[in-house]
Amino acid sequence: MRTLLRLATAGSVDDGKSTLVGRLLYDSKSVLADQFDAVERVSRDRGLASADLALLTDGLRSEREQGITIDVAYRYFATAERSFILADCPGHVQYTRNTVTGASTADVVVLLVDVRHGIQEQTRRHLAVASLLRVPHVVVVVNKIDLVDFDEATYTRVSDEVLASARSLGLYDVATIPVSALAGDNVVERSDRTPWYDGPSLLTFLEQLSPAGSPHSEPLRLPVQLVIRPQQAAGDEFRDYRGYAGQITSGLVRVGDAVTVQPSGRSSTVTGIDFAGASLDEAFAPQSVTLRLADDIDISRGDLIVTSRSVPAVTQDIDGTIAWLADHTLVPGTKVLLKHGTKTVQAMVKAIGGKLDLEDARLLPAESLGLNDIGHVTLRLATPIPAEEYLHSRDTGAFLLIDGQDGGTLAAGMVGDALLDTVAEVGSAATPA
Amino acid sequence: MTLTDERRLTQLQWLESEAIHIIREVAAEFERPVLLFSGGKDSVVMLHLATKAFWPAPVPFPVMHVDTGHNFPEVLAFRDATVERLGLRLEVASVQDYIDDGRLRERSDGTRNQLQTQPLLDGITDNKFDAVFGGGRRDEEKARAKERVFSLRDEFGQWDPRNQRPELWNLYNGRHRPGEHVRVFPLSNWTELDVWQYIAAEDIALPELYYAHQREVFERDGMLISVSDVSQPREGETVEKRQVRYRTVGDASCTGAVESDATTVEAVIAEVAGTRLTERGATRADDRASEAAMEDRKKEGYF
Repeated sequence: MRTLLRLATAGSVDDGKSTLVGRLLYDSKSVLADQFDAVERVSRDRGLASADLALLTDGLRSEREQGITIDVAYRYFATAERSFILADCPGHVQYTRNTVTGASTADVVVLLVDVRHGIQEQTRRHLAVASLLRVPHVVVVVNKIDLVDFDEATYTRVSDEVLASARSLGLYDVATIPVSALAGDNVVERSDRTPWYDGPSLLTFLEQLSPAGSPHSEPLRLPVQLVIRPQQAAGDEFRDYRGYAGQITSGLVRVGDAVTVQPSGRSSTVTGIDFAGASLDEAFAPQSVTLRLADDIDISRGDLIVTSRSVPAVTQDIDGTIAWLADHTLVPGTKVLLKHGTKTVQAMVKAIGGKLDLEDARLLPAESLGLNDIGHVTLRLATPIPAEEYLHSRDTGAFLLIDGQDGGTLAAGMVGDALLDTVAEVGSAATPA
Repeated sequence: MTLTDERRLTQLQWLESEAIHIIREVAAEFERPVLLFSGGKDSVVMLHLATKAFWPAPVPFPVMHVDTGHNFPEVLAFRDATVERLGLRLEVASVQDYIDDGRLRERSDGTRNQLQTQPLLDGITDNKFDAVFGGGRRDEEKARAKERVFSLRDEFGQWDPRNQRPELWNLYNGRHRPGEHVRVFPLSNWTELDVWQYIAAEDIALPELYYAHQREVFERDGMLISVSDVSQPREGETVEKRQVRYRTVGDASCTGAVESDATTVEAVIAEVAGTRLTERGATRADDRASEAAMEDRKKEGYF
């Protein structure tokens, strides 16, 4: 059975990220002859002796013209065990926007560090974003190991430095791997030039990683997308059919389970789980299904069906952490739309409670947030929602802020301030002020 | 297998669930969605997913075909049969009509893929469609690799790759102003191999030309072009009967066939898994035109 893993790459300028991604694609045989021919041709035109694998990830014309990548690009490769979706996040322009976007859906962040330079400002920022967005795993590729003659001591020094920095940001599940993306050492195959390293190659590591989340341990959450009521349209058999369609974001549901609908708080029992004509006994995240309930209670799009054993409270007041992604400045008093699950409500920014200094991981006082700032906000909503701490739920704890006039996405939001505090407090304790 | 293993989705189930979530979001949030349906394999898979998303209710939106007038007849027949079977409304935006009344002029090379943009945009405007499902996949091409799942188009139908909305978690933002619309790509994260494995798993019917068959073809620019009303051999091009199949279906005058023995879906999967050429590189003359051919067409409003 082939499973799927989502990864996001991050790194600073010139740490060899494009080369690494190109190498992963090429060595896992995901690059086809015509793509490789094009890379060889361009490499020759540029006077290079061999094909520059970094060109495999070249994107838009406007990017090639400037020699930079602007936007997240998605790549696909597969091995016998696993399919991978890779969000390739450029490091230098709009790095917060790109890494937050890539990290929001990632099971693992692959972060590059140049072994000659060790931890950079960008490395700490990327670790902070991975921590804030609760990416389940982080693997740090200590790259260009060939340029220090595969020296164990140099690698160990950088690796220790990275792990200490990660711990200071609240990240404990971090692996490091010595790699030469250019030559291919420890990318797909283990290298015999690093005999002192006894861990897996990067690809083997990614193949063996267990994705986050177990349907058993988490409570059921299903945001209702729409109510399916065919009435006359599907024949007599389904005249009275009424099902609540949505993708399970966490947990497991069985026929007979007691469920509660938020924000109304009404309860019922699951009488059927339908999927395209099939009746299921149980379903689990992230399946898209349709539930039937015993009682005809009022349920519509935007409601959240949860297990009656663990019902999240509803609230109109949210303390949250946001990454502000718009060009203009956010000030208290701004009215926005907030999208949470399948519900969109009006919201007012009541207060801004400081912003994160990503270099030092300290919380600074702030009265406004600018492009790419990460900070605390207090929001008042027009209607209550069942918001849960992002710390406990990466799905029901996430929200977007949207511009009510032009519809643009303004911010990525996470319910609760504990996360930012962790990053900031532990970080400032570890860093001299 | 442990319980935990049983409760993991395979990559195909994961992709299916994601696509159904996307399709349902659009049906719930937009006034007038439409699904682009050509009878090509990606649009067939997308429509199949839509039927699963709303079961037992019918698919709650119409389909639209931008008809180049250069179709493979068996694909048109398949299109019509599918629409009839599902009881859907079909809108046809006809490139031929535009050429006949002078709004578009035939290109010197006679191919029509690039002429589809205006009829597509007019079809969207005339019907006031606000969400347009496309079967585009990010693995197809480097401009597509940067495309969002919900991709905003301005009032001229243009794509601005430098100014795309960030797409976070699975919270899709379909807000738009009057005159703008959103292109939606439920198969964004699928690869060509995923599409074929899903066709096998779900036993989805396709036009016969996706499987190996005997056909009269001639070679042009390294591609095998079918002999038809819209594609005749020029001097020096010889017609031969060969065993071929199509990897993509587009304008018959510039879509190439590949030599193949794959007469079944299993054989096609084996062939796709072992191929050394990308789908578009192997079969689309228009995408070979320049480094940024697709990027340029997409900016103007192409699929």
